[in-house]
Formats: sequence, structure tokens, C-alpha cells
Amino acid sequence: MFQVRIHGRGGQGVVTAAEMLSIAAFVEGKHSQAFPSFGSERMGAPVMAFCRIDAKEIRLREPVLTPDALIIQDPGLLHQVNLFEGLAERGYILINSNHSLSELGLDTFLQTHPGERISVIPASELALKYVGRPLPNAALLGGFSALTGLIQMEALQTAIRQKFSGKIAEQNIAAAQAAFAQVQATLPGGNPC
Amino acid sequence: METTIKFYQTDTFTVGNRLLSEQERSVQAGMQRTNALNSGHRACQGCGEALGARFAVDAAMRAAGNDLIACNATGCLEVFSTPYPESSWQLPWIHSLFGNTPAVATGVAAAQRVKGKTTRVLAQGGDGGTTDIGFGCLSGMFERNDDVLYICYDNEAYMNTGVQRSSATPPAARTATTVPIGQHPNGNVFGKGKNVPLIAMAHEIPYVATASVADLRDLEAKVTKAMAIHGARYIHIHVPCPLGWGADPAHTIKLARLAIESGLFPVFEAEHGEITGHRAIRAQVPVEDYLKLQKRFAHLFRNPKQVAVIAQLQAIADRNIRRFKLLEKSSLNTGEAAV
Amino acid sequence: MLKQIEGSQAIAEAIGLCRPEVICAYPITPQTHIVEGLGQMVDRGEIQPCEFINVESEFAALSVAIGASAAGARSYTATASQGLLFMAEAVYNASGLGLPIVMTIGNRAIGAPINIWNDHQDSLSMRDSGWIQLYAETNQEAVDLHIQAFRLAEELSVPVMVCVDGFILTHAYERVDIPAQAQVDAYLPPFEPRQLLDPIHPVTIGAMVGPEAFMEVRYLAHYKQMQALGLIPELAEEFQQQFGRDSGDLIKPYRSDDADTIVVALGSVNGTIKDVVDELCDAGMSIGSLAICTYRPFPHKAVRSALEHAKRIVVVEKSLAIGIGGIVATDVQMAVAGLHKPVHTVVAGLGGRPITRDSLRKLFHRADAGHLERLEFLDLKHDVVHEEIARMEAARRSGPIAENILHSVGTVASQIR
Repeated sequence: MFQVRIHGRGGQGVVTAAEMLSIAAFVEGKHSQAFPSFGSERMGAPVMAFCRIDAKEIRLREPVLTPDALIIQDPGLLHQVNLFEGLAERGYILINSNHSLSELGLDTFLQTHPGERISVIPASELALKYVGRPLPNAALLGGFSALTGLIQMEALQTAIRQKFSGKIAEQNIAAAQAAFAQVQATLPGGNPC
Repeated sequence: METTIKFYQTDTFTVGNRLLSEQERSVQAGMQRTNALNSGHRACQGCGEALGARFAVDAAMRAAGNDLIACNATGCLEVFSTPYPESSWQLPWIHSLFGNTPAVATGVAAAQRVKGKTTRVLAQGGDGGTTDIGFGCLSGMFERNDDVLYICYDNEAYMNTGVQRSSATPPAARTATTVPIGQHPNGNVFGKGKNVPLIAMAHEIPYVATASVADLRDLEAKVTKAMAIHGARYIHIHVPCPLGWGADPAHTIKLARLAIESGLFPVFEAEHGEITGHRAIRAQVPVEDYLKLQKRFAHLFRNPKQVAVIAQLQAIADRNIRRFKLLEKSSLNTGEAAV
Repeated sequence: MLKQIEGSQAIAEAIGLCRPEVICAYPITPQTHIVEGLGQMVDRGEIQPCEFINVESEFAALSVAIGASAAGARSYTATASQGLLFMAEAVYNASGLGLPIVMTIGNRAIGAPINIWNDHQDSLSMRDSGWIQLYAETNQEAVDLHIQAFRLAEELSVPVMVCVDGFILTHAYERVDIPAQAQVDAYLPPFEPRQLLDPIHPVTIGAMVGPEAFMEVRYLAHYKQMQALGLIPELAEEFQQQFGRDSGDLIKPYRSDDADTIVVALGSVNGTIKDVVDELCDAGMSIGSLAICTYRPFPHKAVRSALEHAKRIVVVEKSLAIGIGGIVATDVQMAVAGLHKPVHTVVAGLGGRPITRDSLRKLFHRADAGHLERLEFLDLKHDVVHEEIARMEAARRSGPIAENILHSVGTVASQIR
């Protein structure tokens, strides 16, 4: 079972990101489960959403406590929430930022964590460019696809088209593809899939 | 459901009705009337509510071609009419709870729509079930403009539970919870309570009317008119309660008439939030004439007589007369029976 | 058709397939997505004929359903938590009148303190109301139970609550097989009411019933629920034949045949429990579980036979009968009366506290070692509780407990669990 935890702020499409990820996994014939952190948080408050992916039925109903991957939609949370709690030793980390890891103050992390498992992409900028709104979720999932190889872009496109319609869906797909390309280019070993 | 009515069961207008054309005759005068609230029920002698309900439901039955379902709130009418297996109801009738009758009626009406039926829906309750505990559901039914005629039989207190104050209890009246002693020497306090007909009008529903058992032809005409309209409709009927008011059962009609003529109970009708007619008073009678016949106001006339309190009640009547233009020529188009 | 879909949306689609004629809606978290989904389906003409009525309260919602059902329409509503309490009077009324309404409960805690998260206190507070109560373990089962619920309700003329864990199921996206309309139509015939407000054959419904007949009316409500104990397995069996899925029924034992310890629970937590049971069984522990799907009527016989060989029973329940302990556990105790087995009540997950594998693993190890108390509170923050008790002992005006506890616990937004 592969577990993903997505951190962001209310209004950033955190829950939608988890749902799209689960749809993409479903499209690929896997079992998956997505759910929010169940808060009554308003816009701007720290929120979480979770996604589990497995080859067999998922029965577990606890929150994702030991994620295999983290998606951080708002780097501002790095210093407010213990985002890395429970992260697997070689877990993936994808951060939405136009700063470098050292600029984000994560240098120490790099020393203990395998570099090919961490990626930083300016997903909000990409979303602004392709969608016109700084909603980074689709772009981040594109990056996630490149970083982890867990889901294919084709399935992600199907998922994006299920959650968005028409032009907005295509714009989000463009953002996701751009993010995919960016992450792939920065990975030491290239695309793992 | 054809029942033949005995000649003696037709109402006091019978003789006069013979002079009228068939269409103009009282529903109750007809020997083919449904008698929806059949005889044998357990209401007290002189019960204004039983009288009002029989006239109202029969009129609604005639207007609906007997294709009518009634929903009833908990209260006197529900209890005295259904000491099962002796139900007095000759039409399909449901009682659910005290405070949900308008919503139950909404559901019944929705079922008719969804089934493609044209069956009409009547809801009814006392003042407690209408102006207090059922008020939320009533407002909701109004706001949605559901196709329901709601009739409130207002006897100005919770009579079923033993005469406790409701939000329809008039100022100064004695009830079991507004006993004129100690802090409340004059019974129910002034400046409280609510006027549900006016609140109903504020919902801008198609039809709102007040009526009284003192003018049964007017009552029948209003029910008939309401039944010709679709959407939420509200009729508020003043029904004296000999037990709760401490009055002679023989005085039920007289009290209802004095309430109108004093100005304490204005009879009017309104469409879509605008008053469209009123029932005129030929000569205003002093409120004292009305109050003196009822033990619930007896404390106002003991030594010393509460002149100031009576004057306050008179002021309420006077205001109604000004507000509803009750001394001006009647504009009701539902018929103007002699009083 | 297989879909990756939110639980609420899946339930809405299932309700739509059941051809409801009147749907009454009043919003309360976490039920909202269900009625929103249904409202849109009605607006799009996907459920026809159907009246979707937005009402002013939960009390009105169920009251509208009562009127509609008595007038012969298949009626549905949904609520949760405070909403269920606000409609409590109508809940008893609907069952007292024998009206086959189906209602979804998106299970949520009851305040004060106000809390929107999942536990079972709401539906369990209505356990004696005369409604049949079915608890879903997954969203697939939630879908299937709704279809069975209409059939069950209408055959017996009894209302049915389908209880679905708020957020955990209602807001979870997972794989659900949504049946085809023809399949549901074959399983669920049109509603034939036992009683009907009909001007051609007028009846009085809801008359005053005195001491001479009230006991008999109540007894028959009980009798109908006893009939349900027979009917529910039949309907589940028929469902399996027609839909190819094992959903519903009275109970669901899991690896419990020769287990020393059997864990009993309602609803979605059974999934997590099964994962832990698998893990511990593989490690050599003798442990199994038992999901109670039908909580009312309570399947005493089935529960007893599933538990009679166990050495100990651990009831993990998301509810607390304040002043005594477990609610579900009390019923389980009655089912195993005379067998002289310890029944441990573990109150867990109140107000949405996650019930984790970690905590269950530790709990089951202690159970296996025979170290469980009669009543336990899973993951209770004892230090916080003791701090508040000390505060109350130290000063008369110690202040509101909930707010004091929140101070002790600290900022939650920065915490993962």
C-alpha cells in the first residue's frame, strides 16, 4: 500500500488533489481511497488530505500517519505544521515553491534524505500561467507523477477531466504536463517510470 | 362517503337559506353536506372549535369535491374527535405531532403532486399548535408556498392541557399560567403575544383571512375562496372556549360576536400580503360587554374595578378599528351576513 | 458500474436508483453532500417523478416525509447528529405510525461541546425508537444497504435508518459498484402502502390510543422487528444472488471461528480492525472480529452463536452511555448472558478521534494477555483529564471544561494526529 499525505491551506484544492489522485489510480485499475482531514476549516487554514493506493481492497480507515509521499501545497506550512511526521525513510517529498530547498531552509533535510526523492516545483506559478488562478493541485499531481512514477500522466488526465470540465480541465492538464516535464528534468536519474 | 343529514342537523341559517338560490345557501344547510366531523365526538358543550371545524372542513370538502385529506395537530380537536375506534372524521385524516402539522401537510401535498393526483390538502390546529410550537413549520410551509390550506382554530390558550397561556392569549386574561395574583395581578401581561395572520401576510402568501364562528357564512365563504386558490393559504378562526374562558356554553356565538363588534377580533382578508377586505362593525360595543361574560377576565371587575386595565384593552380594540378601518363600509366580497 | 466516487455521491446515486418520490432535505454536516447530490439529480430530471423539498429544520424534514409516506409516496431524508436529536419526536412518530421511511444518518458526535466529527452517539441515541438500524462498513455496503433498506422498510412497514460513518465514509473517495437501474427495479418493487390517506377509502391515522390498546400497538412494533431478524438475512441472500455481492445481513464474523479474542464493532472501524486482526493472526495470536451490521433489531442469537466459543469479547464502540459505559457492549453482554465470558467495553473514536492500527494493536495485545479492564477509553489523554480534575478541585469557578481542555491540548492545526 502506498500512502500519500497532502498538506495545504483551505481553498487550495487539497481535497480535490487527493480525490484526483485516487481517481487516477482507479483508472489504472488499482484500489484507492482518498479522504480529507475532516475539519471545518475555512479558507487559509492548514488542511490535510490523504490518499492510499493498493493492488487490493483498502480497509484501513485511519488518517495517513506514515506517508510514503508528501505533497506540500504551501511551503509556508513548513514552519507551522510538523509536516514530515511519520514520513517513510525513503519517502517522496514534493513541495510547491519557486524557491530552492536551501532557500526554504531544508538543507539539513537533504543531508539525511535521498535527493532523488525530493522535488520543488513552482506549481502555483504554473497554475497561474496555464489556468489563470494560483490553484497548484493539478500541477503538483503532474510533478508527483514524474517524481514517483506511481501514476501515469494519461490516467491523471482522465482524473483531471472528471473533476474539472471543458477549458479548465485542459488548462489544468497543461499545467500538470509542464510540471511533469520540469520535475523529470531535475531528477538525477530521470523519470523513474 | 354519502351520508344523509337529518333536517335538525342543518344549521340556524336553514330557514333563511330557503329564500336564497342554491349556490348562495350555506354548506351546512344542505342535506348532502359531508358532515366531515361527524356527530358523537367528545367536545365540550358550546365548543367553538368543534363548530368552526365542522363548517370549515365541510366547506373545504364541498370545494374539493370531497377529494380532500386533513392533517391535524395535537390538541383539543384531535383528542375529542378520535377516541378510537370512534373517529368522527369522514375524510382521510392524519395526526402526527403537536408542532409539525404544516410540514406533514407539505408531505401529503407533495405525494399528491408526485402521484399526479388533484386531491387537496387541509391542515388544522389550535392556537398553541399554530402560533407557538408549530410556528417554525408553519412559516416554512408559507415560505415554500406549498399547496396547503392551514386553518388555525384560535381559542386563545392551551385548552387541551388545562388552559395555559399561549402566544395568542389576550392581555389581562387569566389562564393556569397567568393567574392574577402576586406579580401579575392583572393576568396575562400586555405587550406580548403575536398576530399570526399579519405574520402570515408578511410571507406574501396568496391568501390570508380571519373569521369567526359568529359569522359562519363568512367563514364558509372564506374557506371556499381559499380552496379556489393554490399555494399556501391561512385562515385564522376565532373560536370561544366555554371551559377555558369561564363562559356559559350558550354564550359561544355571542362572545365571538362581541369580540368582533368590540374590535378585539378584526375580521379581514388579504391577498399576497395586502389587505383586500374587512368585515365592518355597524356600531362598536365597549370591550367591557365582552369581558364581563368571561371568568378569565373576572378579576378586572372585582373591587376595585381595574379601570386602567380595561382602558388598555379598550385601546387595543380602538386601534384595531382604526388599523383595519372596521367602522368603514365593509369591503368583504365573501358575503355580509347580518350580525 | 464501477466508479471511483465520494461516498455521499454514491449513496445519492443509490437512493436515486430506488426511485424515491419525496425527498426532504435540511443541511447538516456531514450529510450535506448526499442531499446536494440528490437535489441535482432531481433538477436534472434523473429521478422522476420526485419532489425535492428544502425544509426549514430536521423536524420538518422528517415530518414532511411522514406526511408523504402516509399519502403513499416512497419517502427519504438524511441527517446527522444534532439534526437527528432535533427530529427525535418525529423519529418516534414515524415508527409509531409504521411508515416505511428510509433515512441516512451520516454518523456524527452530539454536542456540547459542538463537534462535527464521527462517532455513533447520534444514531445510538435513537436505538429504542422503533427504527431498524443498519450500519455500513464501506461505501459499497452503504450503497447496497440503502437498496435493501427500502425493500425491508416497505415489506414490514417500518422505517429504516442506514448509518454511515460521517466523513470517514461520506467524504471518502473509493471504488464503488453502482448497480444498474434494471437491477434495482428487479429487486425493489413499487411501494404498496399498508395504510393510505385516500379520499375514496378514508381512514383515520394517528388517533389517540389509551391504556386499553397502547401495549398491543407497541408489542406489534417489537414483533415487526423480530420479523426483520428473519427477513434481513433473506433480503441479503437475495441481494447477493441478484447483485453478486455480500452486503448487509445481521452480522459479519471475520476469522472468528476458533478465536480466543473476538472484537465486536459497528461500522467502518471494522475495516481497520480486520487489518489488525490479520496482522496479529499472522503473528500467531488467536483473534477475530465480528461486525454488527443490523443493530436494531439486535440479533441476539446470531451474536451469541458467533461469540459462544470465545474466551473474551472486546467491544470497540464509538459511543458512551455516560454513567454506565458501553451501549453496544450492554447488548452484546445480554447476547452472551450465562456464558460467563468477560465482555470488555472499549470506548473509542469519540468526536472523530482516529482509531489507529497502533492503538488497536496495543489494545488487542493487552486483551490477549488478559489485562483489559471492564471499561476502557482508547487513547484517552489521562494527563489532560487529571489536570482538569485538579483544576476543579482547586477552585470553585474553574471555568468551562471544554475550553480548559482545549487550552491543555494546545493548537490542533499544527498536529498531524
